[in-house]
Amino acid sequence: MAMLNFERKYRVRGGTLVGGDLFDFWVGPFYVGFFGVVSALAAVLGTLLLVYGAAIGPTWNLWQISIAPPDLKYGLGLAPIAEGGLWQLVTICALVAFTSWALREVEICRKLGMGFHVPIAFGSAILAYATLQVVRPLLLGAWGHAFPYGIYSHLDWVSNVAYQYLHFHYNPAHMIAVSFFFASVFALSLHGGLVLSSTNPQPGQTVKTPEHEDTFFRDFIGYSVGTLGIHRVGLFLALAAVLFSALCIVLSGPFWSRGWPEWWSWWLNLPIWSQWPV
Amino acid sequence: MNMNFSFSSGWTGRMVKVLGLALAGLVLAGCERPIPESVQSGYRGTGMVQVYNPRLLEVKTALNQPPPVIPSPGSEGPKASEAYQNVKVLGNLSVGEFNRLMVSMTNWVSPKEGCAYCHALPNFADDSKYTKVVARRMVEMTQHINADWQPHVAQTGVTCYTCHRGEPVPSAIWFKSNPQPYGSNFMGDKAGQNEPSAVVNLSSLPNDPFTPFLLDKQNIRVNGPTALPSGNRQSIKQAEWTYGLMTHMSTSLGVNCTYCHNTQSFQDWENSPPQRVTAWHGIRMARDLNLTYMEPLTEVFPAHRKGPTGDVAKLNCATCHQGAYKPLNGAQMAKDFPELLKPALAAAKVAAAQSAAPAPASK
Repeated sequence: MAMLNFERKYRVRGGTLVGGDLFDFWVGPFYVGFFGVVSALAAVLGTLLLVYGAAIGPTWNLWQISIAPPDLKYGLGLAPIAEGGLWQLVTICALVAFTSWALREVEICRKLGMGFHVPIAFGSAILAYATLQVVRPLLLGAWGHAFPYGIYSHLDWVSNVAYQYLHFHYNPAHMIAVSFFFASVFALSLHGGLVLSSTNPQPGQTVKTPEHEDTFFRDFIGYSVGTLGIHRVGLFLALAAVLFSALCIVLSGPFWSRGWPEWWSWWLNLPIWSQWPV
Repeated sequence: MNMNFSFSSGWTGRMVKVLGLALAGLVLAGCERPIPESVQSGYRGTGMVQVYNPRLLEVKTALNQPPPVIPSPGSEGPKASEAYQNVKVLGNLSVGEFNRLMVSMTNWVSPKEGCAYCHALPNFADDSKYTKVVARRMVEMTQHINADWQPHVAQTGVTCYTCHRGEPVPSAIWFKSNPQPYGSNFMGDKAGQNEPSAVVNLSSLPNDPFTPFLLDKQNIRVNGPTALPSGNRQSIKQAEWTYGLMTHMSTSLGVNCTYCHNTQSFQDWENSPPQRVTAWHGIRMARDLNLTYMEPLTEVFPAHRKGPTGDVAKLNCATCHQGAYKPLNGAQMAKDFPELLKPALAAAKVAAAQSAAPAPASK
């Protein structure tokens, strides 16, 4: 595969976390690295286990294949392969693959001498996954509380788990997470619209500079966060959305067993107006 | 500059710590602590699970203990109808059985007030107190429930204590709300929404879901049968009334939605736990009892026992269940009081029900 003319300058030896020179090379445009190898192996193994699970399961319908966690009776122990043990192995593979990929990103960051923003961002997604599949089941006392690996089945899980708390939209962390997701989308659409409009001028006009972009938003809403700043805002909104999502699900069950609407009784019971009960 | 900076950072640092501690305290105060108890009711990984805080469950269990039962004196001897005057419902009991039930009823309903709560002493036969008229009708209602509503109460049955719990007026009753649909604001009919009520778990759902469903016979099942629109004209507004009733059922029984529904498809009987059938009969039982027994007593009750719109106290799921999915945690109280079971009638009814088509399949 041909190498772009500036690419050679980014192919820097060293910066690995473990293994020294082992796997410190590129295949085509892709950096390999020790963690790249581990990640690929874990991903392949996990995928094969999912295929095996489908093979011993009732259907090959892609939508309906489901690798479900063990029954609650197995608690935090190991389950037989066909009764959730497969789910346990797949979860281990997934965590190894995801974490190794993040560490491979760390190695690339070290090679390029840049900050760790990308692995930290990806790490928050891994944290959300680990919260759902490891932390919350640990706090609830059984692996069976985790979600199954299946396109439809994991959606059924989401629906039923939400209805375990009657009305999930009353979950305060869920409210905040949803707001951050919407804000993230809104910021991205504003940013994308701005970039597209300034780089695709009317016929006969020139491409606009960041000065022009800043001026537009200063006119429009009185403030422009700037070309670098918008990416910080974007990162913050996206990470906050993910972290509050993880918080909203880890609260549900381990730290609150009742309906989420009822949680708000603290508001009604504030000593300001609790003397006039509803 | 340096000193200024370290001073200010120390000050902000302390403020952040104090605020952080306060926030953490508030968050923890609003929460429970792990590990809850959980009960799986569906296939693994479907999320069909009940989650209970064991400390709250302990309180609820203590509140739902059955009272001690007075041993039966046997059915020998003269009948109550022969020994006493004005015995209209329980006349075929022996005097011993009759007096045992009267003492039991006093313990169940008016332990502080005693016999005089219903009887205009010294004349026990006198019907001048409204409470005696109501009590007689309530005995008939109990017999009706145990005999004719076995699809809901099964062989467990109910007694006065199931609802009364030692109080003359059961703690969980309902009156029609005074809706004042068009008040001084210009917002239109609030439909009982946005007034936090324990009935609907403090949510913004309509807080009187009983009038349309447990008195009237409004349609509860509002979802469409297909994923895409195919002619279902039920509105979100109607769905909110249904959710209000369902939230009441959930909080009354101390269970979450997955106790009766696989939320993959709320309406699909095939994928619903069997408890949903019991609940289906329960809704109809509550409606029947409100219409047949409570409403006709409206004129018997004095004004101070009635609601803001002058209606009689009515029952809903919480009246019996009081936080337990089986009232009194399933204690088999009624079997000790065969006079409240009316077994012959019940057997006939069960046979009739079995020969008929299964009810939930139709509307």
